[in-house]
Amino acid sequence: MRFFYYPGCSLEATAREYDHSARSVCRNLEIELAESKDWCCCGATSAHSLNHLLSIALPARNIALAQEAGADIVAPCSACFNHLKRADKTLRENEKVRREVEEIVEFKYTGAINIYSLLEALVNIYGLEQIAARVKKPLNGLKVACYYGCMLVRPPEITNFDRPENPVTMDQLMSRLGAEPKLWSYKTECCGAHQGIVNEKFTTRLVNTLLEMAVEAGAQALVTSCPLCQANIEMRRNRTCTLPSFYFTELMEIALGVPVQKIWFKKHLINPLPLLESLSLVG
Amino acid sequence: MINLTNLDHEFSSLVKEKSGQSIELCFQCQKCASGCPMGELTDYYPHQIIRMVQFGMRERVLQSKAIWLCLSCEACSVRCPNEIKIPAVMDVLRAMAETKTSGREKNAPVFHKIFLNSIKSSGRVHEAVMMVKYKLKTGDLFSDIPLGLRMFRKGKLPLISKGVKNKREIKKIFNRVEQKYSE
Repeated sequence: MRFFYYPGCSLEATAREYDHSARSVCRNLEIELAESKDWCCCGATSAHSLNHLLSIALPARNIALAQEAGADIVAPCSACFNHLKRADKTLRENEKVRREVEEIVEFKYTGAINIYSLLEALVNIYGLEQIAARVKKPLNGLKVACYYGCMLVRPPEITNFDRPENPVTMDQLMSRLGAEPKLWSYKTECCGAHQGIVNEKFTTRLVNTLLEMAVEAGAQALVTSCPLCQANIEMRRNRTCTLPSFYFTELMEIALGVPVQKIWFKKHLINPLPLLESLSLVG
Repeated sequence: MINLTNLDHEFSSLVKEKSGQSIELCFQCQKCASGCPMGELTDYYPHQIIRMVQFGMRERVLQSKAIWLCLSCEACSVRCPNEIKIPAVMDVLRAMAETKTSGREKNAPVFHKIFLNSIKSSGRVHEAVMMVKYKLKTGDLFSDIPLGLRMFRKGKLPLISKGVKNKREIKKIFNRVEQKYSE
């Protein structure tokens, strides 16, 4: 199995542990990740906020690279996934914009490339059963609240993945890894996104609510799939709350029996090692 | 109160055309507002923005904080019984308001511009440099220094970013997009 790996800007900086664990999980599952050194930013919220055409053109350049590589795109970051997929839908359905963008980016859109989030690629394409069969160290005793955020599931006509209000894919994955996903109703409430930089007090309020709800549901940790969600959850919260948050790939690494280096967990602003050690999940 | 002399009768149809959304269908059920994470934290709820667009209250809409505080979380668009994609409307309103200096939200437009300039110069967003530029520009220098230093020590804000190899290609894309916009 081979994908075109699109890490996105955050995975080079604030989300380095996501990049590391994503690659490590794929290596363990023998999934080949082709990567172009020349990918560019997807444009994120800023492009679609100010310039619609730019928000199609930047992803289109990355789709062009995937076309050259001849592999479907897999994006760990939920926001990158959403923006690439949104641009792809426009290129597929709007001939006028497609012609314009083809001219701007100097490529010919073939429509042959599929775009998946890493979660979708692992669970729905590689397969839950295949992952379960490779679990060496079940995450016994770990109670988690799976946090999907917005970009992975909304709007459904773009993402075409799981259910927009009550998604279950990550819960199923955690369950097969041996963890106990808790039922809670804040799976897809927004974390505050880029307002974490612009108006941090609003984001802090949203994140505190998420954390309170996760605790109330009996979770010991949050599980995320988005660098911006993870950053807000770790950075914009009341200091008294020490509930850790993991990228789902970090928990997969442990469950698949990959020798885990503690240095990567130390990159978290909220230290998850006490929890992992209390459950004997890291040595 | 609505000042009838200040209404822009073209505004509603212009926003409708640019966003591709049937704004006239909104019957103020407020389902968007009840699920909006920013609603109670900003000056207008999403259904109020839509109503003001319907009425042609151009200036009030374009100066609002709400259009810049919208998170594009898409909760409203999933729940709207009339399938109005409010985030698409907000995108159009932000693009129209971008050049306004009289708007009530100052920081968000600055952030988006610095973010896009970061992409234009290296093809990728260099998070550390982008943050410093944003903090300098908004004058909010000190609020996140301890946090920034912690991130830096954890190796999460590398000072050097490779960016894309073909930076000229990125500039070309930006220039061509700008040219298309000015046409």
